[in-house]
Amino acid sequence: MLTQHFPALLVVVPLLAAPLIVFVRRSLPSWLIALLATTITFGIAASLLAQTMSGGTISYAMGSWEAPLGIEYRIDVAGAFVAVIVAAMGLIVMPYSRVGIATEVRSEEHYLYYALMMLCLAGLLGILVTGDAFNLFVFLEVSSLATYVLIAMGRDRRALVAAYQYLLMGTIGATLYVIGVGLLYLETGTLNLADMATRLVEVGDSRGVLAALAFITVGISLKIALFPLHLWLPNAYAYAPSPVSAFLAATATKVSIYVLMRYFFTIFGATEVFDARATGAILLGLSLAAMFVPAVVAIFQHDMKRLLAYSSVSQIGYITLGISLDSVEGLMASAMHLFNHALTKGGLFLVLGGVVLRCGGAGFDRLAGLGQTMPVAAFAMVVGGLSLIGVPGTAGFISKWYLVSAAMHEGQWWLVGAVLASSLLAVIYVWRFVEVAYFRAPPADHPAPGEAPLSMFIPALAMIAGCVYFGIDATWSSEVAMRVAEVLMYNPGVGQ
Amino acid sequence: MRLDIILRVLAKLLIPFALVFGLYVQFHGDFGPGGGFQAGVIVAAAVIFYALIYGLPAARRVVPTELVQNLMAVGVLLYAGVGVVSIMLGGNFLDYFVLGADPVSGQHRGIFWVEIGVLITVASVMLKIFYVFAGRRRDAEETAE
Repeated sequence: MLTQHFPALLVVVPLLAAPLIVFVRRSLPSWLIALLATTITFGIAASLLAQTMSGGTISYAMGSWEAPLGIEYRIDVAGAFVAVIVAAMGLIVMPYSRVGIATEVRSEEHYLYYALMMLCLAGLLGILVTGDAFNLFVFLEVSSLATYVLIAMGRDRRALVAAYQYLLMGTIGATLYVIGVGLLYLETGTLNLADMATRLVEVGDSRGVLAALAFITVGISLKIALFPLHLWLPNAYAYAPSPVSAFLAATATKVSIYVLMRYFFTIFGATEVFDARATGAILLGLSLAAMFVPAVVAIFQHDMKRLLAYSSVSQIGYITLGISLDSVEGLMASAMHLFNHALTKGGLFLVLGGVVLRCGGAGFDRLAGLGQTMPVAAFAMVVGGLSLIGVPGTAGFISKWYLVSAAMHEGQWWLVGAVLASSLLAVIYVWRFVEVAYFRAPPADHPAPGEAPLSMFIPALAMIAGCVYFGIDATWSSEVAMRVAEVLMYNPGVGQ
Repeated sequence: MRLDIILRVLAKLLIPFALVFGLYVQFHGDFGPGGGFQAGVIVAAAVIFYALIYGLPAARRVVPTELVQNLMAVGVLLYAGVGVVSIMLGGNFLDYFVLGADPVSGQHRGIFWVEIGVLITVASVMLKIFYVFAGRRRDAEETAE
């Protein structure tokens, strides 16, 4: 009975939790409300994935106004897959947050942190579930605005500058997106994504559609942090409170990648985007640049958070590389890496959050000798690092394997070399951490830390364990990723 | 004797009318231009006007900061609450048709409460922004003391 409302409730539950938290004000009850809301949200997302896996697309008419006139919520395997990633990340970060923000966010602002996390969650899930181009823009802004404030909550004064930088770049991205949507509305007369896809076929090749494609691609690429539009990302991740870094690294860019996939494959259609123009070549070039340049920059960082942030930009390159191949195999590799990288990078940031709590910073001078002072955390970081590199037995290996075989399937043998070379760069930046943690003496003023508190340690280790688990048994993730790729590739018109 | 007596008297005259005009814009939204957002801005402008003439502390006595912050949440809850009620009455989320005996009265009732939610949140967010900006130096000095 309630199941039919799940597409709406997915957004409404966290959206209702946010004002409730503002009412309660006190830290502990706010946390409990947030925890309850994330648990329910995750349940809904998981149920939606199960439903879409077995039954196909689910459509929900907001306010009972039928599409295309009314706003339609429409979710298929692709959306539900990313929704599960986002909701699961919320569920993991929430228990972690109680201790995780204690030292990083001022205590009178704790309730604001929880309220904003709920808004961010609602926004991200809204992007995934909505079937309306303008509604998508609204949710993009809901999540982004919440994100800007969450980043600014970092105790480092530079967090304010980082948030402001992201605010400028993010607003430009959202503006470009909405201009693109405006042009599409002009050409097709509809904002419903499924309706737009069918009408675009009738409109055919026009300058307006081309301009819309350009605006939307660049706008969303800004939110993805696709090289060279990534400049906001390293500072944002580095100075945000640790749970926020982990949550954003695992979700925000991934949701934007989903939007790009949707527009490329479902709305404009692969023929329009890839066959008729050089989009594939451009995206391929940018992906390659993303795989190499930020990876080199990461090698020269002196702060673990910044290193991981640059590594994120580099890893995004793998995901867009899969998209640029314009094949089911490529898309599947992208979907796999979307999941595996969320797992890896989310886990790494969570472990690092515990380290920052104990060592008082993520600079390499603070992390020296971590192998002695926090052996388990240091080992977890190394395992996560191996997954970033793509060592067999970790999740990163599986997605790179699929990526390489997708490239070979297309006959692009040289891409295999590129992926390998880029992985070697990852070896170097992960080695930087190993060297600092295991081959240097702890700083003299080190506050003899011990491992992080259990409430932070368990979620972090669970994610790192997930990296290993999904590296050994990828049955579930590859099956879902395959379905996602098929839905995106063969179902123009949003899975009709 | 204060020299700004004209301003003070005029403000006292104008503010009630501004508030009533805000309500007019709010409830006329069904039939003409208007609605919760515009009305919320007008209501907030009336309070900001009061703060400009009589000073920030006076305005904060009339509309306390805590109240403003709670009202921000009330508006959102009211809006989403309408949606939840419509689910409980057997419709979709924000389905106004099920809220009344016939579809037209249901639509009226639904949009009425939703727009009040918008009014409350917009007015209180505008005020909150004004309070934060206007009170910046003052609040910083108070905490410093």
